[in-house]
Amino acid sequence: MQFRFLPAIVRRLRFLAERCPLMRNLTVFGVLVFALLVFPGFVGGEEATNIFESPTPPQPAGELDRIVFTKLEQLGIKPILCSDAVFVRRLYLDMLGKLPTSDEVREFLADQSPDKRTRLVDRLMERREFVDYWAMKWGDTLRIKAEIPVNLWPNGARAFHRFVWASLASNKPYDQFVREMLTASGSNFRVGAVNFYRAVQDRSPAGIASMVTLTLMGVRTDHWPKERLDGMAVFFSQIAYKPTSEWKEEVVFWDPWGLRLVPTNFVPGRDTPGTVRPKPTDEVISPAPPPVSHEPLVGVFPDGTKVTIPPDRDPREVFAEWLIRPDNPWFTKCIVNRVWAWIMGRGIIHEPDDIRDDNPPSNPELLAYLEKEMIQSGYNLRHLYRIILTSQTYQFSSIPHNSSPEALANFASYLPRRLEAEVLIDAINDITGTSDLYTSAIPEPFTYMPRDVSAVSLADGSIISPFLTLFGRSARATGAFNERSNKPTPSQWLHMLNSSAIYSKLASGPKLTALFRSGRPIPEIVDELYVTILSRTPTPEELQSCREYIEKSRSRPEAMVDVAWALINSPEFLYRH
Amino acid sequence: MVKEDRLTEIRVPRREVLRHGVYGAGGVLLGSGFTKSIVAQETASPATPNIEPKAKSVIQIFLWGGMSHNDTWDPKPGAGRDYLGEFTEVIDTNVPGIQLSALFPKLAKQADKFSLIRSMTHGNNGHETAAYIMQTGHLPGERLAYPSIGAVFAYFKGKDYKGIIPPYVVLTRSPGRFSEEGFLGPNYKAFATGGDPNATRFEVEGVVARGITDDRQKARRELLDKLNTFGRLVVEHPEIALAEESKRTAYELILGPGREVFDLSKEDPKLRDAYGRHTFGQCCLVARRLVEAGVPYIVINYPGGWDTHSNHFATMRRQCPQLDEGLAMLLQDLHDRGLLETTLVWCTGEFGRTPKVSWEPPWNGGRHHHGNVFTVLVAGGGFKGGRVIGASDEVGAAVKERPVYPVDLLGTIYALGGIDFRAKLPHPEGLDAPVLPEPSDRVKSAGLLTELIA
Repeated sequence: MQFRFLPAIVRRLRFLAERCPLMRNLTVFGVLVFALLVFPGFVGGEEATNIFESPTPPQPAGELDRIVFTKLEQLGIKPILCSDAVFVRRLYLDMLGKLPTSDEVREFLADQSPDKRTRLVDRLMERREFVDYWAMKWGDTLRIKAEIPVNLWPNGARAFHRFVWASLASNKPYDQFVREMLTASGSNFRVGAVNFYRAVQDRSPAGIASMVTLTLMGVRTDHWPKERLDGMAVFFSQIAYKPTSEWKEEVVFWDPWGLRLVPTNFVPGRDTPGTVRPKPTDEVISPAPPPVSHEPLVGVFPDGTKVTIPPDRDPREVFAEWLIRPDNPWFTKCIVNRVWAWIMGRGIIHEPDDIRDDNPPSNPELLAYLEKEMIQSGYNLRHLYRIILTSQTYQFSSIPHNSSPEALANFASYLPRRLEAEVLIDAINDITGTSDLYTSAIPEPFTYMPRDVSAVSLADGSIISPFLTLFGRSARATGAFNERSNKPTPSQWLHMLNSSAIYSKLASGPKLTALFRSGRPIPEIVDELYVTILSRTPTPEELQSCREYIEKSRSRPEAMVDVAWALINSPEFLYRH
Repeated sequence: MVKEDRLTEIRVPRREVLRHGVYGAGGVLLGSGFTKSIVAQETASPATPNIEPKAKSVIQIFLWGGMSHNDTWDPKPGAGRDYLGEFTEVIDTNVPGIQLSALFPKLAKQADKFSLIRSMTHGNNGHETAAYIMQTGHLPGERLAYPSIGAVFAYFKGKDYKGIIPPYVVLTRSPGRFSEEGFLGPNYKAFATGGDPNATRFEVEGVVARGITDDRQKARRELLDKLNTFGRLVVEHPEIALAEESKRTAYELILGPGREVFDLSKEDPKLRDAYGRHTFGQCCLVARRLVEAGVPYIVINYPGGWDTHSNHFATMRRQCPQLDEGLAMLLQDLHDRGLLETTLVWCTGEFGRTPKVSWEPPWNGGRHHHGNVFTVLVAGGGFKGGRVIGASDEVGAAVKERPVYPVDLLGTIYALGGIDFRAKLPHPEGLDAPVLPEPSDRVKSAGLLTELIA
């Protein structure tokens, strides 16, 4: 076993030899701390094959791990854990959507306690950014956007976001969160949850039914037989939208009498009372006469069960009662799979909003376990995050040692993913001490956000910047899981590598310039750059390369900018890993 | 009334609802009944004439905000002050019988090179929705947004296009109110140059960087490779490999000859003067250089805007001469270089503006959104010059003859560009997604512009 490390030890000795001249620049204490940070294995007598992985072999830490490890064993895959430096970066990005500061990194790396990873999960869960970041994910899912195509309008978008944000901040049980949205009535400005029924392009009952299945059941209705969708649409057939004299205020309410369809019920501010915008393919619905029928409605749940809805009951409540139950075949499955996919980059059922019989989970036992935990905890979302984030499975290295599709589908390694547009620009701004301007041209007068607002915390998808658009922020049109595009394009590279926007942040952002002008020795500056940008210290080779680059350069300040430039253009920075 | 509104997807402009609190200020609704009345006989599917694809490149000049047609290319000298406002004069052009507003003396001398469509109509009065309709031909409100005509050109033409500059370029900023790439995804997003071609140095965002020498570019690229410790370990990861590939493409543009296209110092200063020493004029010049470089689709998103609810006449006095100068010189220059035959130019906003002037506060002489009828200028690439087709009524409120709908205009441009507008686009959910929608009672069509085909 020890033979495995021999070449590494030789390599390490060579590094040390190379570093001799530079050691003169450091105090003895500095050398020791540095060596400890870069080579934790050197002291402990063990070492991983690279700085991104931990030498400690993973041990199942709970039921989740037991299930995953069993599966991996069957596949003959031995997982490897990530190093502390990788973990601290990963956890901040996954929980808060932002980078750890260099102090936070150094503190975590210096912490010797064995449970420090778990404790960091608990600490980060208390941070405000945790709520901001998860509200952003929900914003994509629930299509929180003022303008085209869902047209919530600014006040509605704000109110909806506030509802989501407050629900997450108070850790509202997920079943209650969903019930509030499904059964909400009232003004879109005052009752944030009613915007659930407004953030949909097709407000016909069938259109709403499709949106509800996609969002809350993880099911696409595109290939459903018409009768099935029509049966479900009944539950949403008595939703009405009523304008007020306030601009873009709209009251969402239960309208069993069809009052929305009476032509004289006309209110300024909207073209017709309770207009449903039909799909382009639909027949145009005639507004009169109101179909006041006293026949009880008969709805059909997606599982095929027929139900007669008493005339004194809001059909949405009847639907919510059916949906929000531990034994509902979709409800719990959908949310645990969605959260898992958000954290792990891939669903146990994949895509997470394509749940159907012929798209089975890669690990049914794992999915069932998460469902059980969700139900037993009373739909406690933070409990769900916690059992995932504190698992050894979450801590696997991101370097793929096995590239088979089975390894991918069974989470044998952490999936590297490009940072979302918002997270990426926030990270660059945090590193450089700069900010971006976020605006919305809709409506006039234009909206300009204060400079200290992070991109992650923007409530409304219509508030944009060129960077966010270029890097594939979600259009929030469909709420589909894959609506956000993190695919790399040459234009994005042009921006990152060579734009004046990024260059001026690096060259004149107050945080970096303070470091560059600090007069500290070059190795210290490089070390701080690495910890700030990549959340780790440089390897001796990297340090040497940077040193040479800076010392050879005609302009030191420019050369230091170039080092920072190279780091933010590395996949290690651009990707969560 | 209600039914008609739905049919034509008319929406009341927000601002008017906000400030008037009433439905239908100005001429917003004037045309909806009319539009409907002509639907029945005009719904036949467009003919499929043999249009010879002549356009190798397209330059779209987008007059964001919506330029008044009355005050520019569809003047109504006899309509009275309520309609004319401050611009009462018209001038003759070099084509007998065609007159323009006196704000366009230079364009008037090029009238033999372009044609005017004075009966463009779609009836939509929202900026974003109208811009979407004018650039996709599809009605808004479908689950996934269709790509704009530029993205479609990039999709079809990009396959054979070997240039270094991206196939779909916007000078200088994207309008940005809808995702022009639609469901085609980020690879078909327009490349927005940023910068200002009228500045001493046209700094094309990402291509021509301020103060970075080639030596430094190369040195830091080497540094980037050296420091790529993590990247080397995950190089086989498909997503990282894809990122490396697109980075190489970007570097071809950063270090290759492509950037010279944006270097206007290579142009004769006299020619630069003739285009007009303002951002729009120099954009036109860059567009010509992009055409020479073979770029299939170029958008000049008009710097500034035409959304003149108030301060209308002053804005027009300021902007029209620049539009006149740049556009006229572009046509002249393309013609002189023998490029007009193969370069299609089209120029319009997302709609026109209300023919009747709002003299009352807070507008104090303003014009509002008017999608019911407006004017489009087309030239080159197979379009005849010196023609006017269609007509608006005596005040410019509604179509009087030969309506032209978005699918008619876009269909003709596609045909001249050699793109089959019935071809299917790759829809991410596998749905049937033709380039242009089939005409129906919602998607109206009055036939391709065969009368303008040379």
